[in-house]
Amino acid sequence: MRAFTYERASSVEAAAKAAASNSQARFIAGGTNLLDLMKLEIETPTHLIDINGLGVDKIEGTQEGGVRIGALVRNTDLAAHETIRRDYGLLSRALLAGASGQLRNKATTAGNLLQRTRCPYFYDTNQPCNKRQQGSGCSAIGGFTRQHAVVGTSDACIATHPSDMAVAMRALDAVVETVKADGSRRSVPIEDFHRLPGDTPHIETVLEAGEVVTAVTLPPPVGGKQIYRKVRDRASYAFALVSVGAVIQSDGTGQVAVGGIAHKPWRIATAEAELPRGAKSTADALLADARPTEQNRFKIDLVRRTLGAVLTEARG
Amino acid sequence: MASPIHLELSRPQLLISSVVTSVVTGTAAEAATAQSPGAEMPQNSKVSMIVNDERHEIEVDNRTSLLDALREHLRLTGTKKGCDHGQCGACTVMVEGRRINSCLTLAVMHQGDEITTIEGLGEPGNLHPMQAAFVKHDGFQCGYCTPGQICSAVAVLEEIKAGIPSHVTSDITAAAPLTTTEIRERMSGNICRCGAYSNIMDAIVEVAGTRA
Repeated sequence: MRAFTYERASSVEAAAKAAASNSQARFIAGGTNLLDLMKLEIETPTHLIDINGLGVDKIEGTQEGGVRIGALVRNTDLAAHETIRRDYGLLSRALLAGASGQLRNKATTAGNLLQRTRCPYFYDTNQPCNKRQQGSGCSAIGGFTRQHAVVGTSDACIATHPSDMAVAMRALDAVVETVKADGSRRSVPIEDFHRLPGDTPHIETVLEAGEVVTAVTLPPPVGGKQIYRKVRDRASYAFALVSVGAVIQSDGTGQVAVGGIAHKPWRIATAEAELPRGAKSTADALLADARPTEQNRFKIDLVRRTLGAVLTEARG
Repeated sequence: MASPIHLELSRPQLLISSVVTSVVTGTAAEAATAQSPGAEMPQNSKVSMIVNDERHEIEVDNRTSLLDALREHLRLTGTKKGCDHGQCGACTVMVEGRRINSCLTLAVMHQGDEITTIEGLGEPGNLHPMQAAFVKHDGFQCGYCTPGQICSAVAVLEEIKAGIPSHVTSDITAAAPLTTTEIRERMSGNICRCGAYSNIMDAIVEVAGTRA
C-alpha cells in the first residue's frame, strides 16, 4: 500500500471541498472495498478523508411518504430496519444476499453503490485494464469471461457492477442525494447515477470531483410481491452470476432490475411492459441488445429462467 | 466530530516505498519529529482505543490495519491474518459490539472505539462458553481460523437474538429463528481450510442451546 495522509472531515461541505482540492484524495467510510484495492495498489490515493463522523447515518421518512437512507447507514442496519423489512422487502433481501455478516456490518449505503467491479483483470495489475489505466486496453475481452457482462458492454470494457443492493434500488426507483464541492445539492435518479462503460470505463458514476453522496431516497412503498433471487456459484458469500430484483403486483405488472449482466443494474422500461406476458418475452426485451461471449452466453438463458422462477414465486 | 488530527511528521520520503510497508507498519518506534502548524500533513497518526477493557494509545503509520495494530503494536496475536482481504474471516474481532474484518479497516479510524478480541472473550482457565465448546467438540484442526470463527460465532448468536434477518430467513418481517440453517448462512464469512465445519457447527449449536 502507498503511504497517505489522513483527516477526519467535520462536515459534508468540508469533506466535499477537501476532496475537490486534491485529485489524489479519496473518501473513506466502511473501507471494505477501498482498502482491499489500496492493498493491491489498484487505488493509490495520497490522502484519505474519513467521512464516518458526518452524521448522515439515519433512516427517516420523507414528506412524500418514502424513506431517506443516510449514506453512512451500514448494510446490516439497513437490511434489518423495520420499515425497510416491511415496505421495501426487496432491498432487505438484496442486502442480505450480499457479502458476509462481517462486511455488511461495516459497508455503507453509499459505499455499496460506489464499489468497483470484481473483474479479475481489473484486479490483476500485471494486465491492461481500461478501468485501471485509461486507454491501456481490456484484457477481459478475449480472456476468461464467464462472469462478465452480456449487455451494455463496449469494446473498451465488459465488466459488471457487483452490487446486489444497487439492483434492488434500481427496481425501487431510488434517488441519490449529493452535495457538491461548491455546496450545492442535487438529486440523481439511480438510473442516471451509474454509467455504461463506453470508451471511458474508468468513469463509473456521474459524480463530480469532491461530490459527496449524502443519502439515497426511496419513493413511497409500492406494495406487491418483492423478490430478490440471486444465482451464484456458492450458496452464500459469492457475487452473482445473475440476480433478479422484482416487485410484482397481483395483476402481473411490476418493476424488475437485473444484476450480474451489465456495468450497472439493468432495467428496461419496454421489457417491464412485457411482465404480464411472462418471463420469456420480458427477458427477450431486457437482453435484445446483448452481446455475450461464448463463455457467458449462458447468462441469457439464466436471466430468463431466474425471472421465470421469480414470477412463479410471485404468483404462489 | 474530531477535527483533522495533526501529528508528527515522520520520514514521508521513506514511507512512499511500498517495499518497506510491512517493516514500517509493524514498528511503533518510528522516530517522530515535531511539526509546525501548516506543514505537510503526516503519514503517521496517534490513536487511542479500548481493547479488551484496557485503554491503549499507539502511534501508527496511517496504513496500519486494525489487525496489524492489534498484532504488531499491542502484541495481541490471537487475532489471525489469513487472506488480509476480507475473504477468510480469520481476523474477525468485535468493534463497538459488532463483528468486522479487522484487516479491512484502518487503526486510525478507530479513535475511542471499544474492541474485543479473542483474548478478551476468555483465557485459559476462564474460557468463554464458545471457546469451551470449540475445545469440547474439536471445532478445529490446525486452529488458525479458530479465533475468527469463535468471535464470529459469538456475534452470530447475538445477531439472531437482536432479530437481524439473514439471507435464509423465510419471513424477514418476523424474528429470525435459531436454526442450524441460520447459523450456517451467518458463518459463511469464516473459512476453515481444514474443513472442521461440522464440529464448528456442533460447538455453536451447543452454546445456542438448540438442536433445531
